[in-house]
Amino acid sequence: MLLIECPFCGPRDEIEFRCGGQSHIQRPGPASQVPDAEWAAYLFERRNPRGMHFERWVHVAGCGQWFNLARDTTTHRIEAVYAMTDARPELAT
Amino acid sequence: MLDDDPPLTVRATPFECATTFARMKEYSAWRLAVEGLRGQSGWKPLWHSPELKPRYDVVIIGGGGHGLATAYYLAKVHGVTNVAVLERGWIGGGNSGRNTTVIRSNYYYPESIALFDLSMRLYEGLSAELNFNVMFSQRGIYVVGHSRHDMDTLARSVGAMRAHGLAVDLVDRTAISKALPALDLDHPVYPVLGGFRQARAGTARHDAVVWGYARAADRLGVDIFQNCEVQSFSKDEQGRITGVKTTRGPISARSVVMAVAGNSSTLADLAGFALPVTSYALQAFVTEPLKPVLDTVFMSTGTGLYVSQSDKGGLVFGGGLDLYPSYAQRGNLPVGAYTAGILAEHFPAFSRVRLLRQWAGVVDVVKDSSPILGETPVPGLYINAGWGTGGFKAIPAGGWLLAHHLATGRAHDVAAPFSYSRFQDGRLIDEAAGAGIAH
Repeated sequence: MLLIECPFCGPRDEIEFRCGGQSHIQRPGPASQVPDAEWAAYLFERRNPRGMHFERWVHVAGCGQWFNLARDTTTHRIEAVYAMTDARPELAT
Repeated sequence: MLDDDPPLTVRATPFECATTFARMKEYSAWRLAVEGLRGQSGWKPLWHSPELKPRYDVVIIGGGGHGLATAYYLAKVHGVTNVAVLERGWIGGGNSGRNTTVIRSNYYYPESIALFDLSMRLYEGLSAELNFNVMFSQRGIYVVGHSRHDMDTLARSVGAMRAHGLAVDLVDRTAISKALPALDLDHPVYPVLGGFRQARAGTARHDAVVWGYARAADRLGVDIFQNCEVQSFSKDEQGRITGVKTTRGPISARSVVMAVAGNSSTLADLAGFALPVTSYALQAFVTEPLKPVLDTVFMSTGTGLYVSQSDKGGLVFGGGLDLYPSYAQRGNLPVGAYTAGILAEHFPAFSRVRLLRQWAGVVDVVKDSSPILGETPVPGLYINAGWGTGGFKAIPAGGWLLAHHLATGRAHDVAAPFSYSRFQDGRLIDEAAGAGIAH
């Protein structure tokens, strides 16, 4: 069971949250000039690392706010909680 | 249809049966009797432990069902026998040893139906083909719905499947009650309104599938290496794969295959390309053994639960994914508790049955919930990945189709729609939405 530190509500059980997948994905543009391969990468390709993953979560059963987590995908250990607009923290990956 | 399409079922020919006695290597009742008389002293290991050769025509990374099946069909159907299978741990120790062994082909899109029904046809003849009892038991599957909307979805799926030649039938409550007497049809939240049945579906023994392919491939000259991890890929100036570096030394190869469910992204990273794949943990459970109580496979579209009873008597069941990326083969508590709880909701009589084991496999989930088969952006590197939660049922087809591609240089008609390039072309096969079932 993950104990997730919601930046707005404090520590809560994982069942109150939903994971929204990889964070920091930049939409390429302008759309008319983006080649198909780049669109495919933007839409479908994900980093999916074995180790540190920077991902979006939403507190669906609480405040309803989105935020970012830095979480290890092998140990599930949460290393950082940070705001949606913050840059990716420097962590050993 | 291509030349090497399988017949509807593949069975040993009389000639093969006759040579059984002469060679005394095949498994048979006769062999069992002889070994019984001479103290079981004549059994040999199922595969050799060969020396690593410096060069192979094909190197297959991943000694699970898909990798070994690819090696077997390369050797058997296409005569390509200079093949190495490299396994980081022990063969069948990944998802081949972690699934719930259900085999079915009730998908929605014609491409998926062709793929999974090819697999089912190959499974139907597999014990005879491999001379290894994979215990494929075609006990049928019942997929049930709990609301008018579930029933509309099921009717739509059945219509699509029948239009594409699959024998499935809508069934009413009376038939379901007869087939599944322990099921609570009048549950207040999940009443059973009806469902459909695929009679040819069933379960098989997962270890036997792996060991059967390994033994058959080994006997055709394929080399299988366990505890042999790939550390990097070698490429020439044009970026073409020329081989792999492993913990047991370098190997050069004409073609390299990756069939490493759960770890596809990490290996693709190593090869220098990205995949539309996310790894999730999928949990499975087995209870203490019971007397026969469930002689078919049960699946619910509404709750995602599926359950069957193993030959040993344990109830083997599972549900949905743990919905955040994970490479941990253990699974989280909330999903585990929900899945066990929903089993007791559907089958109140099972609520006092004790849980024996729980585990998780790491599965590749693709954005359109369909597999990726064939070429990768790296020339010479082929991929078998992205089966999500349903890779076991596809083992024979995954092997058959990729072996065809490697040997002939072009994708088999059944495999072509599942190419890596579909994400650029936009020709997705969106089974997550189409089939309306948990996978």
